Amino acid sequence: MDFNDTPEEAEYRAKVREWLEANAPRGLKGASLGDEDDSQLEAAKAWQAKKAAAGYAQIRWPKEWGGGGGTTIQSVIFGQEESKLGVHMGGPFAIGLGMCLPTVMATADEETKKRFVGPAVRGEEIWCQLFSEPAGGSDVAAIRTRAVRDGDEWVINGQKIWTSGAHYADFGILLVRTDPDAVKHKGLTMFWVDMKSPGIECKPIHQMSGARGFNEVFFTDVRVKDSQRLGALNDGWKVSIITLMNERASVSGSGGSRGGIAMSALRLAQRIEGEDGQPLSKDSAVREKIADWYVKSEGLRFTGLRSLTALSQGKTPRPEASVSKLVQAAGAQNIANEMIELQDQYGILLDEEFASADGQFQNMVMGAPGMRIAGGTDEILRNIIAERVLGMPGDIRVDKDLPFKDLPTGR
Amino acid sequence: MNFEFSEEQLALKDEVRKFLAAKCPPDSVRALMAEGSPGIDRALWAQIAEQGWLGAAIPEEYGGLGLGYLELCCISEELGRAVAPIPFASTVYFFAEAILRAGSDAQKAVCLPKIVAGELIGAMASSEQPGPISVAKINAEVSGGKLNGTKLPVTDGSHADTAIVLAKEGGTPTQYLVDLNGPGVTRTAIETLDRSRDAARIEFNDAPAERLGGVGEGLALFEAINDRAAVLLAFEQLGGADMCLEMAKAYALDRYAFGRQIGAYQAIKHRLADMYTGNVLARGNAYYGAWALNSDAPELPVAAAGARISASEAYWFASKENIQIHGGMGYTWEVDCHLHYRRSRQLSLVAGSPRVWKNRLVTMLEKRNAA
Repeated sequence: MDFNDTPEEAEYRAKVREWLEANAPRGLKGASLGDEDDSQLEAAKAWQAKKAAAGYAQIRWPKEWGGGGGTTIQSVIFGQEESKLGVHMGGPFAIGLGMCLPTVMATADEETKKRFVGPAVRGEEIWCQLFSEPAGGSDVAAIRTRAVRDGDEWVINGQKIWTSGAHYADFGILLVRTDPDAVKHKGLTMFWVDMKSPGIECKPIHQMSGARGFNEVFFTDVRVKDSQRLGALNDGWKVSIITLMNERASVSGSGGSRGGIAMSALRLAQRIEGEDGQPLSKDSAVREKIADWYVKSEGLRFTGLRSLTALSQGKTPRPEASVSKLVQAAGAQNIANEMIELQDQYGILLDEEFASADGQFQNMVMGAPGMRIAGGTDEILRNIIAERVLGMPGDIRVDKDLPFKDLPTGR
Repeated sequence: MNFEFSEEQLALKDEVRKFLAAKCPPDSVRALMAEGSPGIDRALWAQIAEQGWLGAAIPEEYGGLGLGYLELCCISEELGRAVAPIPFASTVYFFAEAILRAGSDAQKAVCLPKIVAGELIGAMASSEQPGPISVAKINAEVSGGKLNGTKLPVTDGSHADTAIVLAKEGGTPTQYLVDLNGPGVTRTAIETLDRSRDAARIEFNDAPAERLGGVGEGLALFEAINDRAAVLLAFEQLGGADMCLEMAKAYALDRYAFGRQIGAYQAIKHRLADMYTGNVLARGNAYYGAWALNSDAPELPVAAAGARISASEAYWFASKENIQIHGGMGYTWEVDCHLHYRRSRQLSLVAGSPRVWKNRLVTMLEKRNAA
């Protein structure tokens, strides 16, 4: 067990740091995923292209696919150093490179792969993931968007929702129902789709936080070729598992700083005077909460490092990403609320001119409900942990043996 | 970066697990908890000594195995899992560590080989009254080499041969070695929440006391020892917490209600997921503590606090929810749930409560922010 870099890791870190110092853009303001404006998107694309040219985009991927031909540890080291410089611009590419392209690479023919992988790595093309629907959130296999065969083509009608970045995406991977007579999981098929196709309409969703990062995406007689199919006909559920497994792999092992937001929480508490004239950081209730969150977020960081160790030893890490998201989202909501209550009447202020800590905790309070839902709700994550890690039986499935078209539906 | 135990260390852990499964089954722990029991399994203690595990981290020159703290952590985790009723923590984490850290060459030469051989049970006597330790609350006093005062509770105090006692000399806190089998020592066993471990009230009346470390260094040494013990205790807590999760898991799969295994209901399933989550976080923090302890890193005090806070929370949660998932059966003497519930209280309090550690942690973070 050694927490320090090996000589090779230290050498790589030094090399990366030097390159970043010379090349990383500074002073750019980040945005939440999907809520980037045009200039932020351009800056992100330029940075991605620069990284790709230097072999720092998709460090783990083979060079023939435009990656860096490096190791998982190297990719984490790069992420840590990038994050230390405050450069957080990978957002628009995260879904494409983390989920869509791995799915394409696992299922498409050589020509398709050659067409798409390079441009995605270089940030020239952005991808989105079109799975969720109004009728299929946690229950993704309940989706209703239909694809009907017409010769060599498929005609698609229906609606997707919560699609991050769809409004600026160039391509997407699309899960549709091709056989409504089959049981729920058996009648789905995956396609890639050009987001500029006639009949696709994106409508940004106004989130409760005020941001507009996700979309409703409407499909009206959209035509895709059968050659755009990813995987076998009616095998879309299995293909979607590839996508979601990659989501979990891409989330874990991220860098993170020591103590994370617990340290900013402490700084804030040190600056605010309590009713006894002492800084609130001296209040024992406040101290306990900060300590709790520090220990939790450090626990997550160390868990990530354990997964990373497993990966680097060629072992399969346990699915700790579910744990990480579960703890992170609910924990952020709690600590953020503690920090705004600490500010007393001022805690309600969001205006950056007046809000404490630039409104960091107010914004977190507004973002946290979304974090607890997106990418698997707290409840679904607990099911995943209990069923896949601990081996508990699945829920009762009343829809298991019925043809999809005969399933009862609510609103 | 490598954040995992080595194959050899994991093999040792496996060996300890098998050994304890054979020599320390839950029924033998329960038997020791009967009224009037001594709270120690002497036979197990002798066998553990025979394996050399008491000296896992003690240098070879004193008869130890000289392996290191990572190996000791592996042993600790298994002792916690088995709720072993032996004074391992008192003797190895507290006593031996204090001697190694602050003892003179002579003190090391006298104590350490005996510890390795299982011939010396050690104890740590600091507490005198409710609430955390502070200078103002130490009334035990040494003058002219004689100790007077009363300590309560002293874990394993009824069986210990030598205690490290926190007392004042000329008003400043200092640590002393006291022969508990010598003159001026009166001990009374006191009932505690965890009957699988002994605790005593010890009265000292002009008991001969030999200084350990410098005059006035008592509190600093107390904290330094606690930092080291906290990491090792965290591994015991982790072992116990994982065992609780395994018990709850097995019961949830075995037990049927309303026509299904109760593990199929989300109310149970989600609780198990929360137990798992707490244990995963505790393991991460404990590993960081293990690394800091083993490499004597300057991060040790922060890492120890993290390990202790996280493991105390995880074991408490897992031990109480294990009872809940077992339902009425979980509240019976015959089912093992209460062994862990009790031990989780003992381990959370013995090196200072989580409240104290959280406060210490934030004090260290304040210094980091100021730097």
